[in-house]
Amino acid sequence: MRWKQLDLAGWGRVAPVPMPTARPERQAELDGALRAPGALIARGAGRSYGDCAVLTGGSAVLNERLDRIVSFNAATGEVVTEAGVTFADLAAVFLPRGFMAPASPGTAFATIGGAIAADVHGKNHDRHGSFGDHVRWFDLLTADGQTRRVSPFSDPELFAATIGGMGLTGIIRRACFTLLPAASQYVRVHERRVRDLEGFLAAFAEVRRTATFSVGWIDAMGRGFDFARGIMETAEFAENLGTPKPRRPRPVPFTLPTFALNPLTVRLFNEFYYGRVPRSGRERERPFVEFLYPLDSLLDWYRIYGKPGFYQFQCVLPDAEAPKGLQRLLEEITAAQGASFLAVLKTLGGPGRGHLSFPISGYTLALDFPRRSGTEDLLARLERITLDHGGRIYLAKDQTLSRAGFRAMYPRASDFEAVLARVDPQGRFASDQSRRLGILPQDLRA
Amino acid sequence: MSGGELKMTETWLVLGGSSAIARSFARAAAGDGADLLLAGRDRDDLDLSAADLRIRTQRRVEVVDFDALDFDSHAGTIRRAKEFAGDGTLNIFLAFGFMPLQEEINASRDLARRVVDINYTAVVSLLQEAAPIFEAQKRGAVVVVGSVAGDRGRPKNYVYGSAKAAVAAFMQGYRGRMFRAGVTVTTVKPGIIDTAMTWGLPGVKGGASPDIVAKDSLAAAKKGREVIYTPWPWRYIMAIVKAIPERVFKRLDF
Repeated sequence: MRWKQLDLAGWGRVAPVPMPTARPERQAELDGALRAPGALIARGAGRSYGDCAVLTGGSAVLNERLDRIVSFNAATGEVVTEAGVTFADLAAVFLPRGFMAPASPGTAFATIGGAIAADVHGKNHDRHGSFGDHVRWFDLLTADGQTRRVSPFSDPELFAATIGGMGLTGIIRRACFTLLPAASQYVRVHERRVRDLEGFLAAFAEVRRTATFSVGWIDAMGRGFDFARGIMETAEFAENLGTPKPRRPRPVPFTLPTFALNPLTVRLFNEFYYGRVPRSGRERERPFVEFLYPLDSLLDWYRIYGKPGFYQFQCVLPDAEAPKGLQRLLEEITAAQGASFLAVLKTLGGPGRGHLSFPISGYTLALDFPRRSGTEDLLARLERITLDHGGRIYLAKDQTLSRAGFRAMYPRASDFEAVLARVDPQGRFASDQSRRLGILPQDLRA
Repeated sequence: MSGGELKMTETWLVLGGSSAIARSFARAAAGDGADLLLAGRDRDDLDLSAADLRIRTQRRVEVVDFDALDFDSHAGTIRRAKEFAGDGTLNIFLAFGFMPLQEEINASRDLARRVVDINYTAVVSLLQEAAPIFEAQKRGAVVVVGSVAGDRGRPKNYVYGSAKAAVAAFMQGYRGRMFRAGVTVTTVKPGIIDTAMTWGLPGVKGGASPDIVAKDSLAAAKKGREVIYTPWPWRYIMAIVKAIPERVFKRLDF
């Protein structure tokens, strides 16, 4: 297997890391990945935001060419795919046949391997859970060179360590998971304005029981009277049985200069976004994929944030703490006026199956911060608030979480490390994130 | 099936079916309604591709073991493909190839011969075997993936390049022979393509997506084009490269 020197970074493009990178095109080639000198990490579409798929001084193994759908059972919705199959593939092949991915991240470019490693969730988490909840088994290449078929029955601990395990247990070769019925390729999207945080909490308390899909957009620049105003979106499958025309995505042609994104331009954007929904609300029919993956029509959108890149912050707060915690987070965020676009507010229904799964029952808030002086300090304050309210930060977005913060937020970290001690005692699999957070096989910790 | 006219099923024999270009081509052709017979050495890999194509396109897709260097097996492979095509039209997409580094070839006489055998001799053997079938069928398309490396011999890649040049010359004659039978013969000359063959090669930064080669190849086959460069700028790049006098070219380092 040939290794190519590439500068790899998370989607936030903070600090690219030069890494020898392999890109196997056949499963047989993947075995050679373990011959990488030193430690390594598997990498999907590179759509996680931080440093979980880079490793300073290590190697990367890309799954993008292992992109085949291996089997499909139309009676049960059970599908087997290679790890490099994307949500776009699933939508293109199965939506016309009445099936959808059980949980969809915000971009269809993400891969199934990445979806398992991050135990991704979508706008239907209350109803359907996260991606890992629908995984039956996967084939995992572990550090000893073996490929194991791992299910909750064959090896529950390794299963729980790999779901949401950020690639640290090995390389996922293929996976079996269940698709859910999708009644249409269109959804009826209902949008309405929400005045404040109280309004959002009341709205979510209602829709998380009644709506299939729900998401809130908060104006993260709004102060005073506009504080925590936003748009509530809910969606149900439409009656329409047609097939929408595919979108023609456009690229952001070049990296914008950093001054292009300033509090004024962002406030204008957010004002427009809020104002486009009439006071009385509106309902429209939209292609399902456009509702699920709104930003996919803009390729390479990280370029909007300029050369320094950006951070994404996403935390979840348990239901009881959410009103107070969200208030404090949003106060901190709006006071910073850090030129953040909309913040996304969603509800999550319950815990995932992984030792490091992100979801818990509660409210999750996500937003971008252009990387400027002081952004890291702001993120540290947000981590503190999250912790004070019993919440946790999503590892797929994280680049700055502290070790102590990680231990407090993820109480099953030691269970996770016990599995690593068994399947990867030398620590062959690692990432800059795992090193920053001090995640190690238990034996190496001693 | 408009106006009650029965449309002939197109069938492609894809030789070297595990290569990135072949996989892209198979997806494009199956998406366009063709049946496929995937031929290559890595049976497990071809089985995965065949399953994938069946699920994505609901076309008929099968796999056959094939080794370009096993010349005695070529007749059987072609026969099998004709059977698979049945009453439909057999077409061939030939995408196997072997490109070690020139330094490795310079160090091994056997390797030089293997490069010629795979990239040239096997092509001749297979297409000669297929010729009577195409002449009887009186329709169809033969597409062979050549290379811009065959347009000009370079110190860095001349054994591989010479085999590809020989293929181009073979295809010229074969094209004339097939023309009389109503069969089109297309030589596809890809530039630098982002595949396992070029991944991590010194001096190669990126390369075009194999999907572009696949799309251009399928379009060229349908139009019966003779020779195409893909992506298209390579036609002009190679026009310049070919125009450099040998006296100058031998001193250049590329």
